[in-house]
Amino acid sequence: MSQSPTDHTDDAPPTTWKKGDPIAAEGLPTTTGDSIVGRTVTINRPAAELFAYFRDFTNLPRFMENVVSITPIDATRSHWVVKAPAGRTVEWDAVVTDETPDRVIAWTSEPSADVANSGRVEFRDAGARGTVVTATIVYDPPAGIVGKIVAKMFQREPAIQARRDLRRFKQLMETGEIATGSFTRKQHDEEFA
Amino acid sequence: MRALAWHGRHDVRVDTVDDPEILNPRDCIIKVTSTAICGSDLHLYDGYIPTMQAGDILGHEFMGEVVEIGPKSTLKKGQRVVVPFTIACGSCYHCGKHQYSACDNGLPADNQDIAQELYGQPMSGLFGYSHMTGGYAGGQAEYVRVPFSDVGPIVIPDGIEDDKVLFLSDILPTGWQAAENAQIEPGDTVAVWGCGPVGLFAVQSAFLMGAERVIAIDHFPKRLALAKRFGAETINFEESAVYEALMAMTGGIGPDAVIDSVGLEAHGFFVDNVIDQIKKSTFLGTDRAHAIRQAIIACRKGGRVSMPAVYGGLVDKFPLGAFMEKGLTLKTGQTHVQHYMPALLNAILEEKIDTTFLISHRMDLEEAPQGYKMFHDDQNEVTKVVLKPGFN
Repeated sequence: MSQSPTDHTDDAPPTTWKKGDPIAAEGLPTTTGDSIVGRTVTINRPAAELFAYFRDFTNLPRFMENVVSITPIDATRSHWVVKAPAGRTVEWDAVVTDETPDRVIAWTSEPSADVANSGRVEFRDAGARGTVVTATIVYDPPAGIVGKIVAKMFQREPAIQARRDLRRFKQLMETGEIATGSFTRKQHDEEFA
Repeated sequence: MRALAWHGRHDVRVDTVDDPEILNPRDCIIKVTSTAICGSDLHLYDGYIPTMQAGDILGHEFMGEVVEIGPKSTLKKGQRVVVPFTIACGSCYHCGKHQYSACDNGLPADNQDIAQELYGQPMSGLFGYSHMTGGYAGGQAEYVRVPFSDVGPIVIPDGIEDDKVLFLSDILPTGWQAAENAQIEPGDTVAVWGCGPVGLFAVQSAFLMGAERVIAIDHFPKRLALAKRFGAETINFEESAVYEALMAMTGGIGPDAVIDSVGLEAHGFFVDNVIDQIKKSTFLGTDRAHAIRQAIIACRKGGRVSMPAVYGGLVDKFPLGAFMEKGLTLKTGQTHVQHYMPALLNAILEEKIDTTFLISHRMDLEEAPQGYKMFHDDQNEVTKVVLKPGFN
């Protein structure tokens, strides 16, 4: 039985709840899945700069390991090509559902998508520390729990992926590059293939 | 190129591997002229550090000549530089506070997972020190790729020989930070566990910071003799009871500050140490922590504990009660090398600090496996091995 968000008496973000319905509490569309991932990172750059980089979806493959490409269709719609386990890719169209410049960008996959998902990224000014960036993603794990296990084996599990992607976004914004332990150009290209 | 690679416990070899290449705009490549084997390399050699992979190139104390630069490097080809062992970006919040070893961006994103789980937050990257610290190839090699070369390496003036400045890369700043973390006040007595390079530099640093007395504790006579050379009084724990000696030497008060520069491979036949060794061999624990326990018990009430020594995992029988009841303060951490380098380079140039006394052996890079074995087997005679590619 799901509880209403008001059952919670603490101030913890819904994505960290042990009980209740965090997806409803976050106001994300429940039609796009039953799994939710939330990650927060503080980036030592102004919110406007981070928002501008993120809002240009063609930039996302630079730090999102799973995303092969995102092609804008019009002002709010875009076509996503994303890696799936076993060398396959999945594709869908997504539409921007909420946009407040320098503050919020949210999107959801269109109903025809094989892997339903939606996401929201918030940028909150944190003064001398820069900007607190919170990413919340709701998705339908491919083929239920088995798919989730397979995805985890291939390190395509969204919870791990979201954390790593946000770290790369932070590195790119703060240092202008993405740290690598690779040795040769060939190794590096394989790592970021 | 030739490089010293880890292949397993007590198995390191000089292999022929690919040359490193510039991969990021702020990178540079240096041609190594001198590189040292660190006491913490012995933790790798002994198989204490997880996430090592066969073929990993070791070494985090090195210097050399800049031979290639990325478009955003501020170095010039031909410059001689010493490279900090901590890989830090210089642009995150922590680097802004000069907490370089806590850099947010030194570790590749995927390598941050383990530290995040184990420690709560990932730390900076380190050269040649397992995949948990970034999987970066180390400096016991002919060439090294140095990330964030606009922030880390310090340029050395011409005419200063390598041996005088090499230790700016790790052990000199580490010894200095250890003394700084001991918050020494004039008239203090400071006790230092472990007279390896870090302990010996901590002894020198403590005196420079105003300590009246420094008491050095070890069981290697040669190392204790070096500590004595810098004015320390000594306790050989194989000859004397450490706690009793410290109490007698401090009028029953205990040292005002204690420094553990031993770490997770403490020597000696003490009950807790033996139990730690059994636990380590049966995977019930990872670290042997005799020195820090003894330091806490000996420290005076309200005193300071500084812990430059490396610990990686969990330890039990930590004397938390003594720590709380006596109101001690503990300061520790990997060294913020970049913060200390400029002032310490000046101290070397002004001859306030001598580092060359430490070097007992100079060898060719090709002889590195022998260097590891010697350093591991005879810590009395071998105080520091410096490897130089093309030395022979």
